Amino acid sequence: MLIAKDMMTTTELYEIAKLVAHYPVARAACIDVLKLVQKNRRYISDDILAEVARILGMSISELDEVATFYNLIYRQPVGETVILLCDSVTCWMMGRNKIAKSIMDNLTIKDGETTADGKYTLLPIVCLGHCDHAPAMLMGQTLVGDLDSTKINKLLPKA
Amino acid sequence: MERPLTKNIIANQEPYDLAAYQAVGGYQAVLQTIGRIDPTKVLEIVVDSGLGGCGGGGFPTGRKWQAMPSREERPGTHYFIVNADEMEPGTFKDRLLLEGDPHQLIEGIILSAYAVQADHSYIFIRGEYHRAITLIEHAVSEAEAAGLLGLNILGSGYNLVIHVHGGAGRYICGEETALLNSLEGRRAVPRSKPPLPMTSGLFGAPTVVNNVETVCNIPHIIANGADWYRNLGQNGAVGTKIFGVSGRVKKPGAYELPMGTPMQDMIENYAGGMQHGYKLRAVLPGGASTGFMLAEDLDIPMSFAAFAAKGNRLGTGTAIILDDQTCPIGLIANLQHFFAQESCGWCAPCRDGLPWVERTLKAIEIGEGKMDDLDLLTDISDTMAPGRTFCALAPGAMASLMTGLSYFRDEFERHIRDGKCPWT
Ligand SMILES: Cc1cc2nc3c(=O)[nH]c(=O)nc-3n(C[C@H](O)[C@H](O)[C@H](O)COP(=O)(O)O)c2cc1C
Ligand code: SF4
Ligand code: FES
Repeated sequence: MLIAKDMMTTTELYEIAKLVAHYPVARAACIDVLKLVQKNRRYISDDILAEVARILGMSISELDEVATFYNLIYRQPVGETVILLCDSVTCWMMGRNKIAKSIMDNLTIKDGETTADGKYTLLPIVCLGHCDHAPAMLMGQTLVGDLDSTKINKLLPKA
Repeated sequence: MERPLTKNIIANQEPYDLAAYQAVGGYQAVLQTIGRIDPTKVLEIVVDSGLGGCGGGGFPTGRKWQAMPSREERPGTHYFIVNADEMEPGTFKDRLLLEGDPHQLIEGIILSAYAVQADHSYIFIRGEYHRAITLIEHAVSEAEAAGLLGLNILGSGYNLVIHVHGGAGRYICGEETALLNSLEGRRAVPRSKPPLPMTSGLFGAPTVVNNVETVCNIPHIIANGADWYRNLGQNGAVGTKIFGVSGRVKKPGAYELPMGTPMQDMIENYAGGMQHGYKLRAVLPGGASTGFMLAEDLDIPMSFAAFAAKGNRLGTGTAIILDDQTCPIGLIANLQHFFAQESCGWCAPCRDGLPWVERTLKAIEIGEGKMDDLDLLTDISDTMAPGRTFCALAPGAMASLMTGLSYFRDEFERHIRDGKCPWT
């Protein structure tokens, strides 16, 4: 569920305190905290970034430097479900480009885009450690392997 | 044949919980060791076992641990960190261990941390491994509830806490000093060495970083002894290892085999050989950072030493098969795209060199290359030789490029001469 984008909830503040307790200095928890608050908002807006920076005693640019470095922290809105399709070597060899094309056709988006209804975003990802079932993708938190167009048509049917 | 690392792993089944793990002898090594055997003795067993690091380097684990200062020399927190960032393309062995037998890893951490007298542990798991993170977090809480973790473990006076840190994605986080920066909440750029993490690691404290598979070996070594472990290997190597094969073989997958098993044996007898209609052309033996091997060299025993003697690396031990119907130039371009994208940007040869390499290869792949490009590619790889960059990412990227340029020279020339890729 999506909650007010730029306000931290009490539950979140409590969870943040718990994460910070795992480290000797607060800023060390910043990646865990960004992931936590992103879970409820899909992405890290400027406002929420500033709020997290304030809570952890970091400057905004210090935190943004971290936020923009990592692949799984989104600084732009993404869809409800992010589809991460592996583009590394074995998946490439086993036909990931064809799979990408079926997904793009079915969802009428290009790589990196979000569907008009905000349901899906398609992004490339490095090897998912599922190479013995290549080509593979993560749909949200679910790992799916041995992809072929039949599977794609079932999981992500044409609208 | 003994398969200590995977004996509890049953395909497509939930892993053992604490009770089931204990029912098959799990945590016996912890019960018999913590507070009963001196940590230096535990360390000695690991030194004698000859266990080499499974993160790709094969560095002797015992020797790494010996570099940790004692608590008398360096009071305060000491860290034991598990590297579960597995992101090396073509590698799928640590996920198997994380998801297949979480308590084996926890038991390994307790024993390892005890041996180096660390009181705090982080398990750094890549963020994409959602299932692994959930399962490992659950195993940690089960172990805490059973008094196997926390303060005064089993009344021994030894304390150990574990925190599971889910990463936010970047290959470079797997480089151990970049991993430390990431755990400190910074950009994951490598640190200069020396000092090594054992002297100044996480938050400046003495720190050991070990790979998941390395740590999973420890309970078995402690329970059965160094001689037993050494005898598991073949052809002069010690222990077992999780090897794997991906690509167009009949049965791609991960296989726990004696260290020193010939590569050919794994591909033919475990992975079932090539799929109908495909021929094996070359192999990347252990992930994207290793050099190509040709079919005639596959009788090599899979051990760190045997590969080093051939000027290659065993790497992660999970082999990628290049078949005769895949364009080698396209495959190398794909590898270089990965490295160029994942370069942390800290040092110039890697940050600027790899994107150039990628562009040049992509141009050759589609038939827009020049013969001069081949010499330039050879020259630029010198600027990324070991020792010329801040970390091993760039030299790793050059391994497949250099071996590829020499083994597939005529394919490169054919693309350039004909102005197109023969495979498309
Ligand atoms: C670019 C790069 C990425 C690495 N990625 C990993 C990784 O994902 N997992 C890992 O265990 N080691 C990785 N390593 C090796 C680690 O730096 C380190 O050597 C290893 O974790 C030590 O553990 P071990 O002695 O048990 O092998 C990587 C090294 C480099 C240079
Ligand atoms: S070699 Fe590449 S990845 Fe390593 S420090 Fe330099 S820029 Fe970063
Ligand atoms: S290469 Fe795609 S999962 Fe490993």
